Amino acid sequence: MSTDTLAAELETALPTTLFRFATAGSVDDGKSTLVGRLLHDSKAILADQLDAVARTSADRGFGGDKGGIDLALLTDGLRAEREQGITIDVAYRYFATDRRSFILADCPGHVQYTKNTVTGASTADAVVVLIDARKGVLEQTRRHLSVLQLLRVAHVIVAVNKIDLVDFSESVFRDIEADVQQVGRELGLGSDGISDLLVIPVSALDGDNVVERSGRTPWYTGPALLEVLETLPAADELESHLESFRFPVQLVIRPQGALAPDAVAAGLDVEAYRDYRAYAGQITEGSVKVGDQVSVLTPGQDPRTTTVVGIDFAGASLEEASAPQSVAIRLAEEFDVARGDTIAAAGTVREASADLYASLCWLSPKPLREGAKVLVKHGTRTVQALVRNVNGKLDLSTFQLEQASTLELNDIGHAQLRLAAPLPLENYLHHRRTGAFLVIDPLDGNTLAAGMVKDHPGDHEDERYSI
Amino acid sequence: MSTSVTEETTQVTDSAVSTRLSSLDTLESEAIHIIREVVAEFEKPALLFSGGKDSVVMLHLATKAFWPGKVPFPVLHVDTGHNFPEVIDFRDRTVERLGLKLVVGSVQEFIDRGELAERADGTRNPLQTVPLLDAIQQNRFDAVFGGGRRDEDKARAKERILSLRDEFGQWDPRNQRPELWNLYNGRHTVGQHVRAFPISNWTELDIWRYIERENIELPSLYYAHEREVFARDGMWRAVGEVSRPREGEQVITKTVRYRTVGDMSCTGAVESNAFTVSDVVVEVAASTLTERGATRADDRISEAAMEDRKKDGYF
Repeated sequence: MSTDTLAAELETALPTTLFRFATAGSVDDGKSTLVGRLLHDSKAILADQLDAVARTSADRGFGGDKGGIDLALLTDGLRAEREQGITIDVAYRYFATDRRSFILADCPGHVQYTKNTVTGASTADAVVVLIDARKGVLEQTRRHLSVLQLLRVAHVIVAVNKIDLVDFSESVFRDIEADVQQVGRELGLGSDGISDLLVIPVSALDGDNVVERSGRTPWYTGPALLEVLETLPAADELESHLESFRFPVQLVIRPQGALAPDAVAAGLDVEAYRDYRAYAGQITEGSVKVGDQVSVLTPGQDPRTTTVVGIDFAGASLEEASAPQSVAIRLAEEFDVARGDTIAAAGTVREASADLYASLCWLSPKPLREGAKVLVKHGTRTVQALVRNVNGKLDLSTFQLEQASTLELNDIGHAQLRLAAPLPLENYLHHRRTGAFLVIDPLDGNTLAAGMVKDHPGDHEDERYSI
Repeated sequence: MSTSVTEETTQVTDSAVSTRLSSLDTLESEAIHIIREVVAEFEKPALLFSGGKDSVVMLHLATKAFWPGKVPFPVLHVDTGHNFPEVIDFRDRTVERLGLKLVVGSVQEFIDRGELAERADGTRNPLQTVPLLDAIQQNRFDAVFGGGRRDEDKARAKERILSLRDEFGQWDPRNQRPELWNLYNGRHTVGQHVRAFPISNWTELDIWRYIERENIELPSLYYAHEREVFARDGMWRAVGEVSRPREGEQVITKTVRYRTVGDMSCTGAVESNAFTVSDVVVEVAASTLTERGATRADDRISEAAMEDRKKDGYF
């Protein structure tokens, strides 16, 4: 394409939106190859990167006499990964089409796979799970799907890879598809009106159904993987109608005369900003308008209701703002509002609670024990907590909760914690941000677990979501 | 007051908001959230500022995050001594304009004191680590913002947004904390510090589109200009005090620009007719080379050059 044509295209192109997705898979199912294929075929790989990979592929004799390039080398970047031919840590990749910019979290299946999958899936709009067509649904596939259900990932796409190695057999694909749908039903995946489950036959090595639909799978009439990724609604589009405004306060902007010199030089009215006071944060859910009634939630105090009088962003006054915008909000009354407080649509938040019931994905080699003291980071607040009970862990073959008094690395379980201060906890099923928290080790500061708030046992919870 | 499941599900209507933020607005919002988190949770942050485009964008985001207040942290420049004069001039003007405190860690001073040795190839980019860690310790910075992006390099692609460093500033890629949702865990013990990379998810093209959209000033060498250059290692090197042609290397005048700004002795220029920011956006969109591949001799040493430097405490 000439630069003139490109300039014209850039000129007329609509601004793209962002779509985040993750890939998860088991050992040797060709995930790095799939990611390499997506990047390569969407032309996100530049000439010098391809040259380097081609040289290394040739040095290692990749593909035997046929030659070719080992697409996995495009993503495996660390020394140990190249030396051992494995992927160690979540890697982030970037590519764009005319419609969307993509952030891809490439989650390895080897060591600490739950940790990696949870990390990648926590911010993802969609997750692509790979299955080797020769092996079908494995224990790790079930584990991956249960983690994705637990994390409420909006779209789960199962790519049945290496379809070339089963001679593009429809019956092999249909059997695997049926197994996947069965696991999905057991988990409740795709049955809640928000999430969905798609199955696509692909060959990452040859590119079938990755970017373009393949002529070698005539029995498959659905879209190629990239088409799916380009058209699925992002999580914030899907969730916007379920949510009310939520705004954890990060900090208070109160310059008290110490105004930015460049703003003053640009004509900022110093007098008008002498008593400026605004609450800075990122809207986690919903939207807010000037004039809206909001509640300020401070742990240990009754909610205080007031009116939004301004929404500021770097010198611009907004009438309205929505998730995930970062803004600064001004309120009618001079409440004492501080970091850790939450501003929410008035009357939509349940009472703060010091009793926390949750699902935990345990991500640390240090096991969880009853009686342990931990830290809980929720929104912009971190509080001490006591682990009162471990209420069981998930058996991945039956998806039933089994007796357990401890959680170990990669375990998924239920626990009850007592918080040192009440927090405005919300059910993760309906609030992917204000229902999420971290469990942190107070000794070394490491992250121990990903936590998802559940309703108290007495409350009516939909059984489908009982994981 | 409790909101039950049934109440919430009955709110489902067809009026789902379909107007989404553009990808640039989403990236900007994410970066500002991270900058504010670090300022709120750390005692003494600083921002690495070289005058390079990524650090300029970082500083611009910081001004937006705290408007109308001042940027509440100092900037830190690790000075290789091998500078492009127009970049140092830009740095000083920017610091003055925003009323910031500038801390300089000088590679030259360490060499003069005999604490660092000049490398055989003359490049000073890898020598920045020692003055950087020294400045962090001397000033007791517990968080240091950097303009690192994950699309720059395969090792950077694996680094967290908040990256914990030990007493020696080392990065341990095999032992990173999981980074979940938008909850950043910056807890650290005495002696440790955190490197924060709020624009991790931006690409080179995002940076340029943002510079265009926000009308951000950059050092002039990012745009096409005439310069005396000579060819070495397949790049155009500028003629300057620390960058002299060797015998047989012919000096010619070319129209060039820089895609990255670093140690003058190892940063190459690219031939370019991109005189304005919108020219650059088009050029970057059409480029077939990565910015480091095209312009950094120090990243050509090995496949894992960046990883090795980061493990030793580099940016």
